[in-house]
Amino acid sequence: MSEPSSEAQQFFAERYGIDSARIASLLSDSLTQGGDFAELFFEHRTNGAISLEDQQVKSAARSVEQGVGIRVVKGDSIGYAYTESLDPEAMRLAAGTAARIGEGADSSSVFDTTPVGATESYYGGDPLLSDEPAAAKVALLERADRAARAYDPSIARVDASIGDERKVVLVARSDGQIVGDVQPLMRFNVMALSQRGENRQTARTGGGGRLGVEYFERITPEETAREAARQAVLLQDAVDAPAGEVPVVLAAGDSGILLHEAIGHGLEADFNRKGTSNYTDRIGQSVASELVTVIDDATIDESRGSINVDDEGNATKRNTLIEGGVLRGYLHDEISARHFKTEPTGSGRRQSFKHPIMPRMTNTLMLPGPSTPDEVIGSVERGIYCVAFSGGQVNISNGDFVFSTTEAYLIEKGKITAPLRTTNLIGNGPEALSRVSMVANDYALSDGRWTCGKEGQSVPVGVGLPTVLVSAMTVGGTQLG
Amino acid sequence: MVETSPLELVGRAVDLASSYGAEQCDAFANAQTESTVSIRLGEIEKLIEATSRSLGLRVITGGRTAVCSTSDFTDAAFEQFVADTVELAAISAPDEFAGLPEPESLASKGADSLQLYDERIEILSLDERINVARSCEAAALSFDSRITNSEGASLSTSIGEVALANSRGFAASYPATSISLSTEALADDKDGKKRNAWWFSAERNLRSLMDPETLGRIAAQRAVDQLGARKTETKRVPVIFEPMMAARLAGDVAGCATGGALYRGATFLAGRVGELIASPLVNVVDDPTLPARAGSRPFDGEGVSARRNVLFEEGRFAGFLFDCYTARRMDSKTTGSAQRGVASLPEPGPANLIFEPGATAAEDIVADTTEGLLVTALMGFGFNPTTGDYSRGVGGFWIENGAIAYPVAEANISGNISSMLADVDAVGSDLSWFGSTAAPTIRISQMTVSGV
Repeated sequence: MSEPSSEAQQFFAERYGIDSARIASLLSDSLTQGGDFAELFFEHRTNGAISLEDQQVKSAARSVEQGVGIRVVKGDSIGYAYTESLDPEAMRLAAGTAARIGEGADSSSVFDTTPVGATESYYGGDPLLSDEPAAAKVALLERADRAARAYDPSIARVDASIGDERKVVLVARSDGQIVGDVQPLMRFNVMALSQRGENRQTARTGGGGRLGVEYFERITPEETAREAARQAVLLQDAVDAPAGEVPVVLAAGDSGILLHEAIGHGLEADFNRKGTSNYTDRIGQSVASELVTVIDDATIDESRGSINVDDEGNATKRNTLIEGGVLRGYLHDEISARHFKTEPTGSGRRQSFKHPIMPRMTNTLMLPGPSTPDEVIGSVERGIYCVAFSGGQVNISNGDFVFSTTEAYLIEKGKITAPLRTTNLIGNGPEALSRVSMVANDYALSDGRWTCGKEGQSVPVGVGLPTVLVSAMTVGGTQLG
Repeated sequence: MVETSPLELVGRAVDLASSYGAEQCDAFANAQTESTVSIRLGEIEKLIEATSRSLGLRVITGGRTAVCSTSDFTDAAFEQFVADTVELAAISAPDEFAGLPEPESLASKGADSLQLYDERIEILSLDERINVARSCEAAALSFDSRITNSEGASLSTSIGEVALANSRGFAASYPATSISLSTEALADDKDGKKRNAWWFSAERNLRSLMDPETLGRIAAQRAVDQLGARKTETKRVPVIFEPMMAARLAGDVAGCATGGALYRGATFLAGRVGELIASPLVNVVDDPTLPARAGSRPFDGEGVSARRNVLFEEGRFAGFLFDCYTARRMDSKTTGSAQRGVASLPEPGPANLIFEPGATAAEDIVADTTEGLLVTALMGFGFNPTTGDYSRGVGGFWIENGAIAYPVAEANISGNISSMLADVDAVGSDLSWFGSTAAPTIRISQMTVSGV
């Protein structure tokens, strides 16, 4: 019973008495007023976090949340209710509340629910970080602190934090499917502050994914810490970024946030179902340079954005969104798939049982191209080279985006030169993708640190990109001319 | 099944933790019934309703702190949760600054005068809620023939109770309501690009909520106004922030004026109390004692009496917002500014943040600008609190000879927040509230605007 779906089913049955009979009765309660479809989403989540602030463990935190979210679908409309109590009466009341969306006769029937197992697991966790003793986690934080301070005498302060999550979910649907999952997630973050006289510069770095302590064998706390220290020290000598349109080289890995923001959201099918995305009705059309192929792949081993099954119980997969510049498809949940008369893509996600489902990205990647990174950088007379970002935002309706660099450099005569102060890249998704003029062969996935926000819901995601040249993009620096 | 009240829950947590050996502890609980109605193109899109309760417990023993949260209040699970929290404190390092508020700073006054609760929200029927959201969206859709689509309109309400108790004998709770309405309208531009605009109102009581049709028309007007938006040239010009954007700027500044940012060395305001940083036109206060405002509260997240705090007075930086921990650490006193969530330690922050209005009419600020940018949208997170470097994507309008010339998109403004504050050369009289933040129109004499 170590297979995640069975493990989750056993967990809820033993701990809360949520068995096939109880599930069938709740599904019946949900469809008493004529809903087309009902779904129960049970969740039990444990989070642990320890933070080291300036060489002291400031506090230790632990939280447990559990509950069920009940969704009833009628056409494109949904009724939603949740309860933190998994007591039968509380759940029955929630089902009755969600049922109100239906406007008709009782559509409930005898539910013959069939538990299904997930075919594959993309998670690591040997052992899980949540099973580690606190002292071992503190030791990892202290290693990071020492390494960051040893990197440079100007490092005056180091904060480090470690977090783990274990989420057990069970999805039961009125079409008879029951599937569960046990999702591990860990993160390790370091902030380093470099102080030279009155000049203070901070940098943050980190990573993680759906794995356990084996993460630290691949990327040691020292490596993460030195990277934060290096970026903070680098910023001490940074110069103001240029202002205006220049060629922009996006380094492999973290720059994938551009892709996520610039086009990913516009390809989530809910916006296209409503006709509010700039990609609405454009399947089969050219939406990017022919060098651009973009996929969303939930099946990458141990990546932060990966999931075995989505939050509607559908198996996840690798979805091609853009192929050779041509738009191939959207990311779907059940509602949008039904609307577009297509299959769900395993992209139905939610922050927790308190939140309704939406189509969301998982790991969004651009596939590698023919050039070498040196050729890409060498082709630029005057521009900027962007390595790391703190975040980005997009207007989904028209594709306008902004994202902020934390590590970037000037490119002068084909060479990387001075580091730049924090600046913004401003552009429009479709326009930027049509301006991709070179794609290198060095694809990299960003280490797991991105969280995507949409309509108030946060979910962990992965991003990835090879080195890419965008022939012109607006840079929001202060240096004119 | 009779539900235990939040006040009873926090009392139980504190008593149990004390009996398990916690030297000091406090518990914070939240119970609420939330409801959301979303309408899109006239049809019901979503009905959400739920009741939830959660509790956070902070234990401090020998200066060592742990904070845990739960929503499982069955007897055995709750006792285990408290015992685990007491035990977890042993992991952290002793910190001489950790501790509960001094007894004399704890609040004694109730929330009665604050008008945080509106019974009318309780009796608002589902049909009434649907009608409010529907009329809001309908007003947006019918405002102008160029409005071609809608992201819908949503009305959300929350009816709840907040309770706090500590091992120094403090125990209090207050009921609170909130109501918010929002809508987003879309227009199609000539080149096929969509122009969207969103507007909202968030209040404690139904009476103060913006009229739904007015709200819908504002969203529609703002979408239509952006039709034909284009890039602008890259140059240094005066930049005007409309009230909603000035409120965002005030929030960035206030985030740097907290004891948390100060002791972490992450604020450009470090070591600058008493300094004339901003233009004399700049007055910023945080006031949780205002009646019926979204951020109003009788006491802060540690039970300390809420009070009005001045951040900037005629340009002079007056001081930081502190909770107990950051105050002790920086050899200062709490300002009653602890914000508290169930799952985390208190952190100081603003409650109702107000950038105080000036005497100039907003229209006159625009009329007085020969060339510049009026900002009506901000995007991205390009702000470094440590250095004050500021760089954000913007949308808005180009101003020529004191009048709006054309709408602007895909632009960026950049500068340093310290000099931006110093360069404020006009403050409007049009103070407007956006949830718990209020600001008027302001103008900054020079910033770099990036475009083509």
